[in-house]
Formats: sequence, C-alpha cells, structure tokens
Amino acid sequence: MLISNIMTSMICKTTPSEIAKEPLAIRVEGLSKSFGATPVLRCFDLTLERGKRLVVFGRNGSGKTTLLKLLSTRYRADSGNIWINGISTDLEPNMIRRSIGVVLHNPMLYQDMTCEENLRFFGSMFDLSDLYDRISDVLCKVNLVYQKDQKARNLSHGMQKRLGIARALLHDPEVLLLDEPESGLDKQMLDDVGPFLFKSTRGNRTIVMATHNSEIGLKWADEVAFLSKGTIVYRASRSDMDEGRFHDMFLQQLEKIT
Amino acid sequence: MRDFIRPVFVIAWKDIMLELRTKDIVVSALVFALMVIVIFNFALNITPPMVDSLAPGILWLAFAFAGVLAMGRAFITEGDQGSLDGLLLCPVSRDAIFLGKMSSMFLFMVLIESLVLPIFVVLFNFDSISFKLIAIVLLGTLGFATCGTLFSSIAFNLRSREIMLPLLFFPVVTPIIIACVEASLGVITDTVNIIGTGRWIGLISVFDAIFLVLCPWAFGIVMEE
Repeated sequence: MLISNIMTSMICKTTPSEIAKEPLAIRVEGLSKSFGATPVLRCFDLTLERGKRLVVFGRNGSGKTTLLKLLSTRYRADSGNIWINGISTDLEPNMIRRSIGVVLHNPMLYQDMTCEENLRFFGSMFDLSDLYDRISDVLCKVNLVYQKDQKARNLSHGMQKRLGIARALLHDPEVLLLDEPESGLDKQMLDDVGPFLFKSTRGNRTIVMATHNSEIGLKWADEVAFLSKGTIVYRASRSDMDEGRFHDMFLQQLEKIT
Repeated sequence: MRDFIRPVFVIAWKDIMLELRTKDIVVSALVFALMVIVIFNFALNITPPMVDSLAPGILWLAFAFAGVLAMGRAFITEGDQGSLDGLLLCPVSRDAIFLGKMSSMFLFMVLIESLVLPIFVVLFNFDSISFKLIAIVLLGTLGFATCGTLFSSIAFNLRSREIMLPLLFFPVVTPIIIACVEASLGVITDTVNIIGTGRWIGLISVFDAIFLVLCPWAFGIVMEE
C-alpha cells in the first residue's frame, strides 16, 4: 500500500496549473454503488461548476448520503469515476481530501476531547501552518468561543453540529459536502453560519448539500436536484426552476417519507 | 517521509491523551493480567525450583489475555463516536493511520507489561529478569500489537465483535506466542531447547516483519467501503 501510494503520487501528480484550468469542480461519470445486493447509485452522472451550490433532495434511501460519501472518498465506487477540481478520487485521494470539507450526520468528533483539542488534532492531520489562528477563527464563526475548553460530550447536539462544521471549515476547503447540515441548528445559527460556508478565502465555495428542508435548500441553492432510486430525476438552476413542479415533487417525496 | 511520519505521531499522541483521560484500555487489561498471575500463584503452589520453567507460560498467558482485551478497545473510541470517518477523511495514507493506532497499542501493552512484571517477580519470587528477556517481551509485543490492531479494525465492523476478535486473532498470533514462550524459557533457564533460543527469537522477528508489511496493507482494504 505504502509503495503503491508513493508510485501513484510519482506517476499521477496533477500540477496546480492543471487544477486551476479545470472549470468543473465536480465531475462524476457512470458512478455505481451497491451495498450487498442492494444498488444505491446506478450509472450516476453529475457535473458542477466551480463556486456553485447544488442542493440535492430525495427521500430516505434515495442515495444522497452515499453520493456525498463517494464524493468525499469515504466510499469506493463499484464502477465509474469521480473528479474533484480535475483530480481523480481513485488516483490522488489525499489531494482530494485536502480540498474538501465534509459535514455528515455524525459530527465526527472525539467526545473526550475539548472543542479546541478536537480542532487541533484534525488541524494537525491536515498539517496546517497557522493552526491556532484558524482554530480561533472557526470557533468564532460557529459561535463556540466560550465552549472551546468544554469536552465534546458535554455539548448539546446543536453545538456538536457546529463544532463538526468548524472541523470541516478548518482547512478552508474549496469544496464542501454537507449532509443535512441544518439538523440540530436553529434558524438564527443557520443564517449566521451560512455565509461562512459559502465563501472561502479563494472565492465562492463549491457546495453539494443533501437535505429534506426545502426552505433552507432553496435559500442556499444555485441549483436543485431530486434524487430517486440512485439517479437524478430532476435538476434545474434556481433561477430557471419551475416552482410548481418542484413543490409537487417535494410534496410527493414528503408523502413517501411520512 | 515527514508527511508519512507526522500523522503517525499525531494519532499516537491523540490515543495516549485520550487514554490518560479515560483509562479504558490500560486499567481493564492490567486488572485482567494481574488476576491471571494471582490465580496461577494460588492454583499451582509453585516452589522456587519450578518458577523458572513455569514463568514464561504464565507470563505470556497473562500478556496475551490482557492484550486481546486491550485490542478490543483499540477502535471503539474511533468508531462508536463517528470519529473514524473523520480520521479516514484526513489527507493521510491508511498506512499512517494504521501505524499510529498500532504504536499507541504497542505503548499501552508495554505499559501493562512493565506493571505486571514487577508484581510477577514479587509473587513468584522470580529473579531471572534480564535484558534478553525484556527484548523478547518487546519483540513479541510488537507482533502482537501489529496483528491485534488489524484484527481489532476487522472485528470493529462485526456484530459480535467481543467474540470474533479472539476467534480471529489468536490462531494468527499463536506462532508468536509459542515462539515467545520458548525463547523466554531458553533465556530464563539458560538451556538450549530443540531449535535454540536464537532461532525462536529469529522466528519472532520474521513474524514481526511479515505482520508489519501485511497488516498496514490489509488495513487499507478493511477500511475501504
């Protein structure tokens, strides 16, 4: 594994100029993923331009979380390819991981470590140079400055979610993958955190977000998509969107959930 | 190279810090190891001439049982709290993650052994501790920790992990335990056994080397979903 990693990094090194030229932040071709005999994504294709925010709706089990985990390199696809900023997730996963931030249902924290220690650990794993400044900055953004010395297990669900968001923003990623980030957060906090999610120091972030919340989804989206049985059944830009059709589909999905 | 080594230290340091706080692994394994040697002390009614020949078996039995208990906890702190996903989403190789976890498990086991050994000396009136014996203990522990970390990561995803870990782990690590017992016996009694103490130590080293190559590779496959 170590040798193959070194070989891959020698052969497949993508240069920064090649990355900068790539207009698409995310390109997915023919992606399929099954768990046992259950197919979750089938020949899935997706493109997303840099700086755009795609909000994916879909009923439970439609493949939203699996899509995000595949994009994040957490899952390996059965077939198909994913490129993030022109880099293949198969060839250079560590380069991809450096450029993405991920917020999943679980905040992915060490419960017996304080907020600051959690961020320091993950920051060290990303080998960030100005770590202490970044930690202060993200804690301020998610309004956890006064809780920085509290253990994660002593935080409320909403605070843990905010700390999970801080962890995802710590390395200032170009691409953000959000799985129902609104769960556990009140409206005020969403409005406060939203702008920090959208902007990186290099400009607008590319965001793929999965949610059931149409209010937040439509508010944050540049583009919306509906996922059903592992394929996109509807996709439109927010400006061209047929509101009537969207609401019909959303209500249909809601009925299936309830 | 720095990119590879640094996360190993960061992960090991994180595990040590968490263990200092929770004492989940060391305390439970230490109590178990002490129970084993105390029970043997009463059960076998060992006389001084018998100690040297029985000591290796009792010691390695205590280390092995305590070790498997410790290994069972290796990935609990990661997985139960979802932080394993966070760890696997960091831009570091799977080998580095494995070696970081393995290093901390090795240190925990060495700590347990260094606490058990003096108590064993007192209880059994054992006076044959030597640098050679300590070297054998360290070599054996390295293989044990390497293999144990891998099987802990495998068992972590299984439903009945407490049962599956020893079932999977002991058959693979048995050659190391046998070699450790034989090498320890050779060093303690200063006798030449069938194939010689040096060859037993060589066998432990070969297994360590094999595990150090195969286990990180297998860990990468185990962690892939």
